[in-house]
Amino acid sequence: MSTVISVENVSKAYRLGLIGGGTLHEDLTRWWARVRGRPDPFLKIGQKDHGNRDGETVWALRDVSFEVKQGEVLGIIGRNGAGKSTLLKILSQVTAPTTGQIKVKGRIASLLEVGTGFHPELTGRENIFLNGAILGMTKREIERKLDEIIAFAEVERYIDTPVKRYSSGMYVRLAFAVAAHLDPEILIVDEVLAVGDAAFQKKCLGKMGDVARGGRTVLFVSHNMAAVSALCSRGLVLDAGHVTLDASTDEAIRHYTDLRSELTVIALDQRLDRSGDGRIRFTAAWVEDANGNRAHTVASGQDICIAASYRAHGDAVRGSLVIAFSLKGPLGERISNLRADVAGFSWAQPPRVGEVRCRIPRLPLQPGRYAINAYAEINGCLADWVQDAGTLDVEAGDFFGTGRLPSRHTGALLIDQEWTLRSGAASAVCSNDSVRKASLT
Amino acid sequence: MKAREREELPSHQTRDEQWTLIIRPQRGWLDLRLDQLWRYRDLVMLFVWRDFVAQYKQTILGPLWHIIQPLLTTLTFTVIFGRVAQLPTDGLPQFLFYMAGTVIWSYFAACATTTSDTFIANAGIFGKVYFPRLVMPISVLLSKLISFAIQFGIFLALLLLFAVRGAPVRPNAWVLLTPILLLIMAGLGLGFGIIVSALTTRYRDLRFLVAFGVQLLMYATPVIYPLSAIPDRYRILIGANPMAPVIESFRFAYLGTGTVSMGHLFYSFGFMALLLFVGLLLFTRVERTFMDTV
Repeated sequence: MSTVISVENVSKAYRLGLIGGGTLHEDLTRWWARVRGRPDPFLKIGQKDHGNRDGETVWALRDVSFEVKQGEVLGIIGRNGAGKSTLLKILSQVTAPTTGQIKVKGRIASLLEVGTGFHPELTGRENIFLNGAILGMTKREIERKLDEIIAFAEVERYIDTPVKRYSSGMYVRLAFAVAAHLDPEILIVDEVLAVGDAAFQKKCLGKMGDVARGGRTVLFVSHNMAAVSALCSRGLVLDAGHVTLDASTDEAIRHYTDLRSELTVIALDQRLDRSGDGRIRFTAAWVEDANGNRAHTVASGQDICIAASYRAHGDAVRGSLVIAFSLKGPLGERISNLRADVAGFSWAQPPRVGEVRCRIPRLPLQPGRYAINAYAEINGCLADWVQDAGTLDVEAGDFFGTGRLPSRHTGALLIDQEWTLRSGAASAVCSNDSVRKASLT
Repeated sequence: MKAREREELPSHQTRDEQWTLIIRPQRGWLDLRLDQLWRYRDLVMLFVWRDFVAQYKQTILGPLWHIIQPLLTTLTFTVIFGRVAQLPTDGLPQFLFYMAGTVIWSYFAACATTTSDTFIANAGIFGKVYFPRLVMPISVLLSKLISFAIQFGIFLALLLLFAVRGAPVRPNAWVLLTPILLLIMAGLGLGFGIIVSALTTRYRDLRFLVAFGVQLLMYATPVIYPLSAIPDRYRILIGANPMAPVIESFRFAYLGTGTVSMGHLFYSFGFMALLLFVGLLLFTRVERTFMDTV
């Protein structure tokens, strides 16, 4: 197998000071300040002015090197901000690396986001031509594949309707269909599988598999570990701009999951990867068992609390506070969002420093490691949001009172259920008094 | 900022591995990669066609707008500058005089203002796919050429009408220079536009300056007055404007009066070539990293 992509010591720096600019006036003022030896007047308070260029440089990628062989499906995983998107942008030539070089053999096509260049007023057929040409196909190539593309997208009946009348599903199907028929030697895919219905997603995965089996190479970037593990033969974990692991898919996913939970070792109030205006900040997040003790692990079916402490910036919190904890599963899938206001709780005069608890009776989760994102808003404005603020480790428990749980791979949620069975025709209407309750609790 | 390299290695260069693409930070100033543009010619044509088709969808009058706009402008000019201000028109019918100026000028103005927005208006698509960025401004030149052709057709029809009714118009052999005049205008519009577009990625202020500046430039160009009406000592100033010889030549070719010389046209052509060259240098510098600053 020959090497088709060789990435050699690629780094990419973004210079913050330059991005912040934008008007001639600011640049002139900044230049005038530098001439007089004054500090940059546009640096935000709290940012350090080192007096050299490094102070304004953020390395999105640092000395990244790897090779991809022909026919490989490489999964690239990493947290937000790890440099995945930057790497893909450099590979697809949207932006240039700062140092290093990349050698490529064959045509690259990237699906950074499908539907690029779709014009809402044009029909599906017209957009196929336009989008295909943008992605690098010639008109002849597109004409040859037109029928195939239309059939793959399942939009035969609407092909001469402007795409602005399309449902979002049809739109995405058409866009993906064009891209999937590019026949590139190397295909770069970023998170496209998050869209479309289940049947179409399956079709897309199938198409990507075909591409790979046809001897072509796929780079796949996703947060969806299930898709990565189903598709990829090799995994590359990026963290803070570095390649931290280049191994088999399973190892890479395990490494990534560990990486995610490592974060919680850093005290929550020290974390910088958060958003919001900072009127309040979470200082810690943890899980308690039924007795109110902090717990490393809890069991399915137990009563638990998810708790977090916060501190307000300044004297007091003015306005009503809403807290939410959202749960992410071991493969990064979203489980549920526990939102206080939706459940009927909010606090009009919250204290300056406080602890908030969300009690979950009979924890309806399968065993596994879940991540907790903490979210706070004041008067509808985001005040603090930290991903992976805490972890919730769940072990097997007796949720149903039967001592049994369904297989872990069938889904993360456990739902109370009542079953009935009665004789007669399948269409018989179920009436309440004929239900034989099989209470399982 | 550093930039990227994309080059096709010549096939005679035999190594054990044949790379088709090398992405590098730097690229020479003069490496403009115009050959890439040729590979994407289908895309240029599709953009032209898209602009034309999509522009007037869901409008009642549709492409008729191409005709209504210059006619109304000409009418306004005739009333304000011709009737009210009584500016001279070299003895030509006022309507034809202003129409000749408007048709020509609006092509240049449309090219300059639209191409100057290239990076900002297309940031969304440029941020996701690579294709030679010059495809965009070039497709703009061509799609504006369509509306120019329509307006030019109307102008010719009116010219014929006026000539039949005995107006003093004398089209002559300079008509053959029309393609050259178009080339100069397209080059000036493109050069001006891509220089501004390269600078707007950093300085958004320029966006506001462009529409306004092009309008001001019109008054420094003999669109609403003939060059002959300008006192001699100012004529050199107006003559320094590379658009002035183009408009005067056009009017001379189709209407028979105007102040023209081959020397002036050569000056315009040279100016255009220089502007375009500087524009291409700046544009290709910026296109490689502008996504980081937009």
